[in-house]
Amino acid sequence: MTTTHKVSIWRGGADGAYAHYEVPARESQTVLDVVTYVQRHLDPTLTYRFACRVGMCGSCAMTVNGVPRWTCRTHVSKVTGGGELKIGPLSNMPIIKDLACDMTEFFEKWQKAQSRFVPTKTRKDPMERIRPDTPARVAANAGIECINCGVCYAACDTVAWNQDYLGPAALNRAWTLANDERDGGWAERLKAVSQNGGCHSCRSHQSCEAHCPNQLNPAASIAGLKRLSTSAYLKGKLK
Amino acid sequence: MFKPHRKPLWYAAMVHRLSGLALSIFLPFHFLVLGLAIEGEAELDSFLKWTDSPLVKFAEMGLVFLLTVHLLGGLRLLVLENFAWRDDQKTIATFAAGASVLAAFAFLFQVV
Amino acid sequence: MRPLRLYLVQRVTAAIMVPLVFLHLGLILYAVQGGLSAQEILSRTQGSVFWGGIYGLFVLCASFHVSIGLANILQEWTPLKRIAAANIAHTFALIVMLLGFRAVYAVVF
Repeated sequence: MTTTHKVSIWRGGADGAYAHYEVPARESQTVLDVVTYVQRHLDPTLTYRFACRVGMCGSCAMTVNGVPRWTCRTHVSKVTGGGELKIGPLSNMPIIKDLACDMTEFFEKWQKAQSRFVPTKTRKDPMERIRPDTPARVAANAGIECINCGVCYAACDTVAWNQDYLGPAALNRAWTLANDERDGGWAERLKAVSQNGGCHSCRSHQSCEAHCPNQLNPAASIAGLKRLSTSAYLKGKLK
Repeated sequence: MFKPHRKPLWYAAMVHRLSGLALSIFLPFHFLVLGLAIEGEAELDSFLKWTDSPLVKFAEMGLVFLLTVHLLGGLRLLVLENFAWRDDQKTIATFAAGASVLAAFAFLFQVV
Repeated sequence: MRPLRLYLVQRVTAAIMVPLVFLHLGLILYAVQGGLSAQEILSRTQGSVFWGGIYGLFVLCASFHVSIGLANILQEWTPLKRIAAANIAHTFALIVMLLGFRAVYAVVF
């Protein structure tokens, strides 16, 4: 017996609409499998992004039944409960076409937060030994598994309300770098995350934590940045 | 259109923001009433007579709830931001809401 | 560093108000027993340095707290630009502060 899923997929740009498809149900079927089936068998003009299919690359995030998720690691059975499957692009980013959104601003905000490593040594120096059990390293480790999928950014209401807000992912990265003892960019970075739209704009809704597919806690990282910037400011190190 | 599902802590944040907004709108009226005392005890008393009506008492009960829930919700945020992270935020937020309801009812029992 | 300063003032005033609000709530629950009267209120507050100080501090903190919170709400929930939102919120908070100090004056002096 073949059963099918009723699937709605967003087609077009911001002024698009949901189109409806019937997709054969399979065992252990992921949402990405469904999207791929539609493109290969029903409508080859469907646009979407994916690469690794195993939760490593961070390119296949979409809004699945109202929730931002990695489609490759989401089983259909887990989200439909036997009902309809509704797949749209991520929110808080402009739609390019169908399920592909424009992540330019998302990545520009990483740069704006100075969320890049600033080396303090050269290749001539010996390899730095990092103890894994210092509080700073433990804090950095807690946040480094981010793969830039944009799920937290799409889930964040503050991003929707405040166009300057750098967002959970960029600030989480700033926090892991702030705890990296090899990094030398902390002063510039703390300044960058204390501007309009920086860490102090976070309203602690914790939607980022609730939706992160890697179980990271960007809200905790941002709280860390708030403490770090406040203490640097009170000590006169942040002008 | 693609808005994510609301989580409990999102509601906690909304309660905090809306209670704060409501309290800030209430404040000028609260101060105007107390300011009546400049013109004398009688002026203030005539207003306080009006507040004896059950409807006003009911509204005041709402204010007690708003103040308590904003206080406890704010306390949760201060702890969240400034101390080691606690994972049971949902429980804490629920407790804050529950305690605020209790405070509102305590007020009700005091006035009746 | 303006966002950081606003954040700091918002949280510091909040922290100061935590014990003040607990006190205020306690007083509300105590004072409403048997109904409120102007005589009861004024006999407690008139000439009292303690209540004058407590409520003076409360008004000061509340106005700053309202000012920043309201500016955030206006900026995030209305089409107002940051400066316009801040101007409206600061004006409102100034009115709250003046009325607040007037009220403290009214019940203490």
